[in-house]
Amino acid sequence: MRQGLLRGRGLQIYTWLVIAWLVVPIAVMILFGFNDTHGRYNTAWQGFTFKWYGKLFEIGDLTQALVNSLLIAVLTMIIAGVLGSLIGLALGRYRFRGSATTNVVMFAAISCAEIVMGASLLSLFVTLAVPLGFWTIVISHVMFSISFVAVTVRARVMTLDRSLEEAARDLGAGTWTTFRLVTLPMIFPGVLAGSMLAFALSIDDFVITNFNAGGTVTFPLWIWGATRVGIPPQVNVMGTLIFAAGVLIAVANALVARRRT
Amino acid sequence: MSRLRAALTPYALIFPGGLWLAIFFVVPMIVMLSLSLQSGSVEDGYAFTFNWHSYADGLANYHDQIIRSLLYGLASTALQIAIGFPVAYWIAFKGGSRKSVYLFLLLLPFLVSFVLRTISWQFLLSDNGILLGPLKDIGLLPDGFRVLATPFAVIAGLAYNFLPFMVLPMYVALERIDPRVLEAAQDLYASRFQTFLRVVLPLSLPGVFAGVLMTFVPATSDYVNASVLGGTNTTMIGNVIQNQYLVTQDYPTASALSFTLMALLLVGIFVYARALGTEDVLEVAAR
Repeated sequence: MRQGLLRGRGLQIYTWLVIAWLVVPIAVMILFGFNDTHGRYNTAWQGFTFKWYGKLFEIGDLTQALVNSLLIAVLTMIIAGVLGSLIGLALGRYRFRGSATTNVVMFAAISCAEIVMGASLLSLFVTLAVPLGFWTIVISHVMFSISFVAVTVRARVMTLDRSLEEAARDLGAGTWTTFRLVTLPMIFPGVLAGSMLAFALSIDDFVITNFNAGGTVTFPLWIWGATRVGIPPQVNVMGTLIFAAGVLIAVANALVARRRT
Repeated sequence: MSRLRAALTPYALIFPGGLWLAIFFVVPMIVMLSLSLQSGSVEDGYAFTFNWHSYADGLANYHDQIIRSLLYGLASTALQIAIGFPVAYWIAFKGGSRKSVYLFLLLLPFLVSFVLRTISWQFLLSDNGILLGPLKDIGLLPDGFRVLATPFAVIAGLAYNFLPFMVLPMYVALERIDPRVLEAAQDLYASRFQTFLRVVLPLSLPGVFAGVLMTFVPATSDYVNASVLGGTNTTMIGNVIQNQYLVTQDYPTASALSFTLMALLLVGIFVYARALGTEDVLEVAAR
């Protein structure tokens, strides 16, 4: 018994060590956003300061890159959110010829190596002489997000009670009214979760964007380009703010979910 | 009429998204295959010539990187199972009411950009950086000691970046185990170790399989970790493909290599699925 207790304790300490390992680089990123460094090199601790939060938008290219990333993520969230939800609804609700093929294509898109997707899409754009830039990034992000949204919405649709829709129809509601007043509100949590996933995937994407960006620079691409000359503290601050926003959304989401149950 | 409409509804729902996936996911694969069989150059244009040389040359010139990628992918996946399984086990069985808090902590890295996370490690592990510098100053490590630019740094970086994808499915599988099954094992006089080996472990395997599916592909095809944490002796096939596409712009070779990578990964997944029984993997994939 005593030995079992010890073993449980050991595993607990081990779990916390792994969590610490996962969190260390994030902590370092946040900390060096407060570093009172003078040059562009943000490598040695020079003292605590808030000044980079004030100078957040002083590097024009970097700000533009962040704006691009946010715009692309919002567009991806909307387009992939709608298109993916429609697929998820069809797969979760209807039995039809072709549903197996659709499932296979989506599984392939989810499990395909990013570099292969990015390279093949670039091959298409090069062959058709499509100019690379903002819109080719949006196209690529919607492409890899649709399946994730569809899978999320499909899972939600499958748990729904169909009798509610039948009841609406029995009470005289047409197809569209039933969808708007009954189906949509019920699947909405899935649609929202899927769309937020699309936003998160888009804003973080590096590999596929790297292939299809042309001269347009997103936040991850800007950081990538700056690695050799040194990462300015503004990047740490922006990373910190994105991280904080993510934590806030996740915590708010958990609180809402807890209140519902 | 309304029956026809009902029959067509799923197709109407699928059409826009399906078209997007067809044009920008399926067609590009075919275009890439075609491009890999063409010859020519960016200046002169390309012609389709069944130029299998791109494959032969690609394999001849870059087999080191291909083999290294597979090895690093396997090593990092194994490392993730070793690191992640005890964590998944502890959270599933001892996490109590705070399970979701632990899972949230495990997912925290995903709220920071992949590139930024990796660069943060580069900073931490740099030759005279905040970790190695002090250890060298007090003489615990020799001056020439380095972590960056070694295979270890790349494999550890890959394991770091994809660990949550490994832990989550393992956790889900372990969480599902009915505690009564464990009680039954003990009632039948199985020791703790035997219970673990013959009950918990087999029941957790679907989760491990799913985790491997989710981490092996991105780890093997990654080039960010090898670029940021590695050196000239640790380049992976992803680095080569990226360089050939975006710098050299030798599209036939680049697409041939890219196709080779995809084929290897597909064969790997297929063999893996067959070895384990297709149903398990498909069931896991369907989730």
